[in-house]
Amino acid sequence: MSATVAMAQPAAPARQRRFTVLRQAIAFGRTRIGLAIVVAVSLIALAGPLVAPHSPTVFVAAPYAPPSAKVLFGADYLGRDVLSRFLCGGRVILGLSLAATAIGLAGGIAVGLLAAYGRGWLDELLMRLMDVLLAFPQIVFVLLLVSAFGPQLWLIVLTVGLSHLPRVARVTRGAALEVVERDFVKSAEALGETRTRILLAEVLPNISSPLLVEFGLRLTYSIGLIAAVSFLGFGLQPPAADWGLMINENRIGLTLQPWPVVLPVLAIGLLTVGMNLVTDGIARAAIGLGAAPAMPR
Amino acid sequence: MIRILLRRLVLGAVTLLLVSGLVFGTTQALPGDAAMAILGKTATPARLASLRARLHLNEPVWRQYTGWLGHAMIGDFGRSLATEQPVARLIGNRIGNSAFLVGLSAIIAIPLSLLIGLVSAVRRDGLVDHVLTIASLVLAAVPEFVIGIALILVFATGVFHVLPAVSMLSDSRPIWDQLNQTILPAATLDLAVIPYMARIMRASMIEVMESEYVQMARLKGLPRRTVVLRHALPNAVVPFVQVSALQLAWLAGGVVVVEFVFRYPGIGAALIDAVSNRDLPVVQALTLLIGVVYVLLNLIADIATILLTPRLRTALR
Repeated sequence: MSATVAMAQPAAPARQRRFTVLRQAIAFGRTRIGLAIVVAVSLIALAGPLVAPHSPTVFVAAPYAPPSAKVLFGADYLGRDVLSRFLCGGRVILGLSLAATAIGLAGGIAVGLLAAYGRGWLDELLMRLMDVLLAFPQIVFVLLLVSAFGPQLWLIVLTVGLSHLPRVARVTRGAALEVVERDFVKSAEALGETRTRILLAEVLPNISSPLLVEFGLRLTYSIGLIAAVSFLGFGLQPPAADWGLMINENRIGLTLQPWPVVLPVLAIGLLTVGMNLVTDGIARAAIGLGAAPAMPR
Repeated sequence: MIRILLRRLVLGAVTLLLVSGLVFGTTQALPGDAAMAILGKTATPARLASLRARLHLNEPVWRQYTGWLGHAMIGDFGRSLATEQPVARLIGNRIGNSAFLVGLSAIIAIPLSLLIGLVSAVRRDGLVDHVLTIASLVLAAVPEFVIGIALILVFATGVFHVLPAVSMLSDSRPIWDQLNQTILPAATLDLAVIPYMARIMRASMIEVMESEYVQMARLKGLPRRTVVLRHALPNAVVPFVQVSALQLAWLAGGVVVVEFVFRYPGIGAALIDAVSNRDLPVVQALTLLIGVVYVLLNLIADIATILLTPRLRTALR
């Protein structure tokens, strides 16, 4: 009875605190600027294909044709409409980044929680395994697997997600180590709750703030990584419209026709900066205003 | 301290071994058939058999691995599948080029971020401080290839035409004689690492400046300059050293994309070529090399921290 009360208590404040953090975060000017940027670029990426004036794969003008009434931002290296390719080229990046972030976060949280709650050899084993994954720069890890399987979208989502895993696991473990010692966890254990329920219902809600920051950070890096992978030519394959691919295809003609490079560069730059501004706001709110979030690459 | 150091070294060695296992495992020993994956549609039974023999795919996996690792230790990674040249000769020059690029970036980044961090800590809310805050919010998020393309747009094609958009290093002249070919790639890497390094320096400096012994030095009436440079700086620099080593490690991966942007003839560009050609021996050599450099620099970061932190230095002696 008293245990039930003790158990019911922490869940409510945790949820409350989460919303307070978001509300405080939105009070910062920079969070609002960031949010506006992210929403704007996402809208372009999501609704773009609906309003594109031409098909992204049809030749409508001479290669590198300058901007005109028919092709607002000119044509690309093959004579396709730059604006239409730009409007159609963001959806996949956005989708893949979200999926990769979800995989990295879910996996990392699971590993981090297990390590923090299990302690002992399980903790040691899991975290040492994470160290091995950490031994590669993220992009090199992705390239290593692409060299084995070839450029496939599911593989890129999976490897980018996997490369986030050790980083998320470290943060989760660090935050959860404090929580698993608290009384309400002990009382849930005494009540005979299953390990899964304790981790998901007791521990997880109480570390939501750092995980929210981690989500923002990982989404920012996912966008950057996935854009980089497709810039390198290992993402969507031609003739698909894709921001990363567009930059690479058209950079030889930069002096003739900068738009097919400038538009996607701007979009990726703005999207990542906007995401980081939002993350920074959440981080400041979570620690009650102070330093910006750590930004380890 | 010796025990902490030893433990860290052993851990580093184990990590290196596992890294080699991961590189080998993903490229060669995967459940699929590496030879089939490489040849793809051009596979004929005869070509498959000869490639399998060349990659030693017919031997048991552990024999393949030990053989590969043994040769890798003495720098022998076999021959490139694309050019038939020994891998070591193929990447030898390029390692030097990449090392030069990373070295140049580090030589610029370390003093510059130290200075920026110092100034923005001492003059909080001053101009440098505000610029640093904005720069770190922007540059920490933007992928490095976007920074690189933006630099090309400004300095090589669109606004000014002062630097080459493509790094064309000539073999006949020493690399430091062609610095203009290396400026933009190095600047891209620096823009990616300096804001973070400077922020760490700033945070660490602020913490030290507010500590009691610095307050004491001030109260004694020492000149501000002496307080900052002689009393605060030496202690504030410890976290900065660690972060510098970690950022150097990051550069080992950062060069991959940046070299591709500028077509800089280093190991990063070579790695991307090898991945597109599925030139497994070259991929193995380069990912292992980058992994080893990364692990070693992380190790150095940890050891430097242990050696520079008095509390750890004297513990467990």
